[in-house]
Amino acid sequence: MSFEILTFAFMHRALISGVAIAILCSVIGLFLVLRRYSLFGDAIAHSSFGGIALGLMAGVYPLWTAYGVSLVSALIITRIKEKYNISGDASVAVLLSSGIAIGLVIIGFSGGFTIDIFSFLFGSILLVSVNDTILILFLTGIILIVVLLWYRQLLYSTFNEEQAKVSGIPVEKINYLIVFMAGLTVVTSIQLVGVLLISALFVIPNVTAIMYGKGFKQTAILSISFSIFSVVIGILVSYIFDITPAGTIVLLSIGLLAGTMGIKSSGLLSKN
Amino acid sequence: MLKIVEIDHLTFKYPDVKALDDVTFSVNKGDFLGIIGPNGAGKSTLFASMLGLTTKYEGTIKFFGQDIRKSKDYLKQIGYVPQKPIFEKNFPATVKDIVHMSLRKESNKNKIDEILQQLWIHELGNRRIGELSGGQQQRVFIAKALVNDPQILILDEPVTGIDRQSIDLFYSILRELNSKQKITIIWSSHDLDAVNQLANHVACLNRTLFFHGESEKFFENDELVKQYSEASMQEHMHHH
Repeated sequence: MSFEILTFAFMHRALISGVAIAILCSVIGLFLVLRRYSLFGDAIAHSSFGGIALGLMAGVYPLWTAYGVSLVSALIITRIKEKYNISGDASVAVLLSSGIAIGLVIIGFSGGFTIDIFSFLFGSILLVSVNDTILILFLTGIILIVVLLWYRQLLYSTFNEEQAKVSGIPVEKINYLIVFMAGLTVVTSIQLVGVLLISALFVIPNVTAIMYGKGFKQTAILSISFSIFSVVIGILVSYIFDITPAGTIVLLSIGLLAGTMGIKSSGLLSKN
Repeated sequence: MLKIVEIDHLTFKYPDVKALDDVTFSVNKGDFLGIIGPNGAGKSTLFASMLGLTTKYEGTIKFFGQDIRKSKDYLKQIGYVPQKPIFEKNFPATVKDIVHMSLRKESNKNKIDEILQQLWIHELGNRRIGELSGGQQQRVFIAKALVNDPQILILDEPVTGIDRQSIDLFYSILRELNSKQKITIIWSSHDLDAVNQLANHVACLNRTLFFHGESEKFFENDELVKQYSEASMQEHMHHH
């Protein structure tokens, strides 16, 4: 138990992938949280469970089918929400349960493949391959570039849709763009914390950062910092003590949230 | 006089009621138009149609001679201040972030400080929008509407729930924008006294257009003034 663990190649891959995912989830999560869409990440993750089961049954790499199913269901649910005027939380509930239901039925038909499914449910960051790492870095790069290019439009339509429309921003397209990026982010992040804990990465660092009362960019930077801290320390600690990384990462970010709440209620942070 | 807004036979039907019934008027460049009428008179529907938020109307709306159904380019020349902007109280955006959202050209970034200074909210630039008072927030939204140097400013009853002192400051800002910067202003209001002091044209709307013309002509007509001040006061009776 020393700095030796930092010399392992699998640890390098885990840390590099983990940091990329931390940045991605913080950035996309901030838009989702501010749109009162916090559980959307959770819903896509659950629907990707159906995709993973499908891939395992068909003998295809499960994350590919997960990408397909998640993106399609994210776009369908956004369309249904617009067309039938279903509230955000109800549409999230529909998406969430359909994904799990589809997954369970497929698993039933295939006679069960519990071991493989387990690593997708709870993540397996220490097992990421070189190819996984490259894919994660590639998607992170693309999504961050898109966010930077469309920063003003994304922020404006998140702040107030009607005003954004009057300013000539194509709000509907921006909404689809966010949902699409969230779908990609979720499936990419499954390897780090698994289907069940994804929304923690989307929501907790952002809720913590928002409490510091700063502007948008500083809030995003704070959130990314909290997220990277939880992921890096979480991976190292979990390896040293041989516990699950996903649980450790999420508990660390909850610790940061609790600490921020403590500082805030003690009056050290200005109220807003 | 150059007509920059032309509303022609505008009708807007909801399933059970006509919100606007055959409304026709125009706005000349440099006008300061006050639109008055009780709640439910169709002012918000009129604005939503003019701003391209809905197209379910009959008739035509032209800005700068162009039918707005054909092109949304006119929106670049419009600054809009909503009635009461709805946003999360802890939304992590500073005053500068908010004004920056509207800025079309990144190269004009120094315009943000300039406009904040002009509206006396420069010292609030790094504060979060949710921390400010109603009057301060309103000035931020005017700054946001002005940052692209619009030709027309459209304001939807923007003094609801704001203290007297801030309202007076707001009115003096509007007067200056119209007289010195020659910005055409279209402004809906309940406040007849303020309309009398500020606007040079008045439109009285109550689903149909009862009057449109110079404000002196409106305020000379005691019967009309009485009706509209009563209509405003009895707005809660409107549905009976």
